[in-house]
Amino acid sequence: MAENKNPYGFRYIGAKRRTKEDPRFVTGCGRFVADIALPGMKHVAIVASPHASARIVSIDTKAALAAPGVHYVLTGEEFCRDTDALAIGVDTPKVTRYALANGVVRYAGEWVAAVVADTRALAEDAAELIEVEYETTQHVVDPEIAVKPDSPQVHPAHGTNVLFHRRFVWGAVDEAFEKAQNKVKLRVRWGRSSTVPIETFGVAAQWDAGRELLDVWASIQMPKFPDQLARAMRLPGNAVRVHYDVDVGGSYGVKRGIKHTVLVSYLAKKLGMPVRFLEDRLENMRGGDMHGPDRLFDMQAAFDNDGTIRALKIRALDDVGAYAGRSPLQLGKPVSAICGPYRIKAVEYEPTSVMTNKTPQEAVRGFGQAPTNFALERTIDHIARHLGMDRIELRKKNLLQKEEFPYLIPSGSTYDSGDYHAVLDKALAAIDYPSIVAMRDAARKAGKLAGIGISTCLEPSGGNSAFEPLFNPKNDTTTWMDSCLVRVDLSGAITGIMGTSSAGQGHETLVSTVVGEVLERDPATVRVIRADSLNALPSNSPVGSRMAIMLGGAAAGAARIIKETLIEIAAHNLGCTIETIEYKDGNVAVRGHPEKKMLWDDLIAIAHRKYHKMPPGLEPGLQAKFVWEVPTGGTLPTADGVAQIYPCYSFETHIVYAEIDRETAKPELKRYVCGHDCGVMINPDIVHGMTYGGIAHGIGAALYEKFSYTEDGQLESGTFMDYLMPSAMEVPMVDIVDHCTPSPLTTFGQKGSGEAGYLGAPAAIANAINDALAPLNASIETLPMSQNDLWRVISAAGTGSR
Amino acid sequence: MNEKLYPVTVEVNGKPRSTQVPARLSLVDWLREELRLTGTHVGCEHGICGACSIMLDGEPVRSCLMFAVQADGHKITTVEGLGGTDGKLSVLQDSFCEAHGLQCGYCTPGMLIASQALLNTTPDPSEAQIRDAIGGNLCRCTGYRQIVDAVKLAATRLAAQKK
Repeated sequence: MAENKNPYGFRYIGAKRRTKEDPRFVTGCGRFVADIALPGMKHVAIVASPHASARIVSIDTKAALAAPGVHYVLTGEEFCRDTDALAIGVDTPKVTRYALANGVVRYAGEWVAAVVADTRALAEDAAELIEVEYETTQHVVDPEIAVKPDSPQVHPAHGTNVLFHRRFVWGAVDEAFEKAQNKVKLRVRWGRSSTVPIETFGVAAQWDAGRELLDVWASIQMPKFPDQLARAMRLPGNAVRVHYDVDVGGSYGVKRGIKHTVLVSYLAKKLGMPVRFLEDRLENMRGGDMHGPDRLFDMQAAFDNDGTIRALKIRALDDVGAYAGRSPLQLGKPVSAICGPYRIKAVEYEPTSVMTNKTPQEAVRGFGQAPTNFALERTIDHIARHLGMDRIELRKKNLLQKEEFPYLIPSGSTYDSGDYHAVLDKALAAIDYPSIVAMRDAARKAGKLAGIGISTCLEPSGGNSAFEPLFNPKNDTTTWMDSCLVRVDLSGAITGIMGTSSAGQGHETLVSTVVGEVLERDPATVRVIRADSLNALPSNSPVGSRMAIMLGGAAAGAARIIKETLIEIAAHNLGCTIETIEYKDGNVAVRGHPEKKMLWDDLIAIAHRKYHKMPPGLEPGLQAKFVWEVPTGGTLPTADGVAQIYPCYSFETHIVYAEIDRETAKPELKRYVCGHDCGVMINPDIVHGMTYGGIAHGIGAALYEKFSYTEDGQLESGTFMDYLMPSAMEVPMVDIVDHCTPSPLTTFGQKGSGEAGYLGAPAAIANAINDALAPLNASIETLPMSQNDLWRVISAAGTGSR
Repeated sequence: MNEKLYPVTVEVNGKPRSTQVPARLSLVDWLREELRLTGTHVGCEHGICGACSIMLDGEPVRSCLMFAVQADGHKITTVEGLGGTDGKLSVLQDSFCEAHGLQCGYCTPGMLIASQALLNTTPDPSEAQIRDAIGGNLCRCTGYRQIVDAVKLAATRLAAQKK
């Protein structure tokens, strides 16, 4: 296949290249957790609570234990006695959480008992025979009630449903509000949805009693997973071996089945049998603990008549469900881009994380940034409407100019680089903005509801989780390193070894491309493997749009050491200084003396076999590790809440033209362009693919997807028939326009892109729908804007008003 | 463990397979667990996501909504049977690689089955026909764009081969 001309001047980086991963998936040769069959493996079925809040009076397991093929029934009493509680992101030690409820259930779907049997079907048969007697207790599902002192308490020992609350003030907010010529206030709501990968979570575990070693294969994307598992199992870290060479069938943040894994590991160890648990879809949606942010924003903005935005006040109330986990921290990441891509010098931010009797929240693509971007962009549109100002003009006035970078925002992070105006202009040109305005106006004249939405948003990237110490003073973590080991074997073949699992992000392609670039060897010949946790160098896993930056940087660092070693070997054997050596395609020659040369194979042979030709002091063999700290990392927040969080900031703008059918209220996205700048793209197909996918995910969050609850705390949308993921029929043809502002902080100028699309799509779609509703003097500020919701709004507004 | 077993004979990827199965065993579980054809994936087990799609006598069907006993006497093609017997990728499989029409690979077998079924009957599909054909298959990674591109590319290549 011919390679496209490279826009960045690199050999492999940025070129059109096939991925390393795709061939195994198109032939059915992936290796997912459900494909792992261990000899003698047993299977787990779960008994879940039907109540949102109840005391467990009794559990009768006799009939289940007597059922065919059943090996064990585990309940919370034993499990909570013999394992330790799961880790919590904030300082709330009384909000304990285990895989199985012990005496009390706190949400409908919470796991109460686990059955182990020869097959999944037999385990499910037996699970139906378990009789649990409950005594229901008061529950709360409304977060605004849950924050009140007299609310029913999800964890009475904690004393309140509030997990975290703080009021941050960065800059002269009150002064700006006093002096501002204009103010707006609005309330917007981001509904409870999630990433919902097509593969549910699964885990298989095996205990080797002779070696005292727990082996785990899981569909995992989670930092510090082996460590948390070992702690909960009361095992030393080196008694747990997590195999990262498992293909993960989509994650986008949520594949963190730590509770599932502790449960299965405990059963495997207790029974001395390999045990596997695969969620079914209902289990995944109800008891899988993978819901996303469910967030209410009260926004205020202060601005001048010319559109200059002076200050923001943001209150965010996030309903995290019945347990804490890391979910309160999803209010923390947005601190790193709290003013969006805009020059806003004073911001007040008051996040509150509150528990209710619902399925717990897990990390979702963007870690809280997409809801915040949505709230910011609705605010921008409200300001434009208040002033009667064009929304693009308003954005351009407040967007940072490219000369202003690096730019320190009030909350303490520095934006590395960007050219927001250029990206917006490119996108406007690509969609032919005047033509969609004409299309909208003509549609309106013809009696249709039509609107245009724009968003301009940031994707903080580099995965430096410095919001942890900001939200929990007892946590003083300041490094989120990643690493790579590069090895050249005796045959001269190159292998890159990474220490985490992949869920479709193309890490093997990333490492091979970067290593190939540095060593000037064809990436197609570079093998990339994923070590297990006992073999691996430290990694913080692919979270926070970090791998292009962090794993890419680590792989390049390791490859550079290999290259330097080869040059040293050459200089020693050619009798010259390293400065005079020219390296090309893995071969070397003395500058100006092309006859004095050594080939790749010669150098490799020396490194592996001919110690007498090695320069003194160099290790034989040929391998190098590189552990990279996140650029700009290493510091703790100040006492008043100023923190340098993420290193790199990608920018995206979305322009959407939408129509809503007046009779059925069905929305249709008729034109869609996304302008995107994530610096240098290592593999453009991968970046574009993730961006298209993020946009589709954002369309779901904006229009279709919701984990809806009844007043009784029952999940109403636990299947794909009522939790509606967009199909190819709902996602329009999207066009992406690329721009490249390299990051000065990274190896090749790359930034993160794993959350691209999702961070700006919901905001733009919400703006388009509201533009369509504007002639009716109607609006909708709650996501998802379902067809029913739109129908109600349109009906209430009447059909005649313009 | 004393479930009654029923004999079934099915042609899977060109090879006859005979076995005894309990009535309640789903077709996908039989393919995956007994034949170890793990390329076909289970996503929702209620017939919506399409990851478990296979071809039954040339028509795409959900193997999670069928029992193995119902396949008796039929011909099945799974993702493992799409490529050539020489191990080469089919034009469609190769086009998915070229257009990067996948990421995590979990929905991919279903997408390949649905698009191959389309190409078998509609050699020159429009974008709308492609979207309709894969409209019953959910993908969370790609936003469908590169899948549509891959199917278009495969159609173009297949047409060129015929000339």
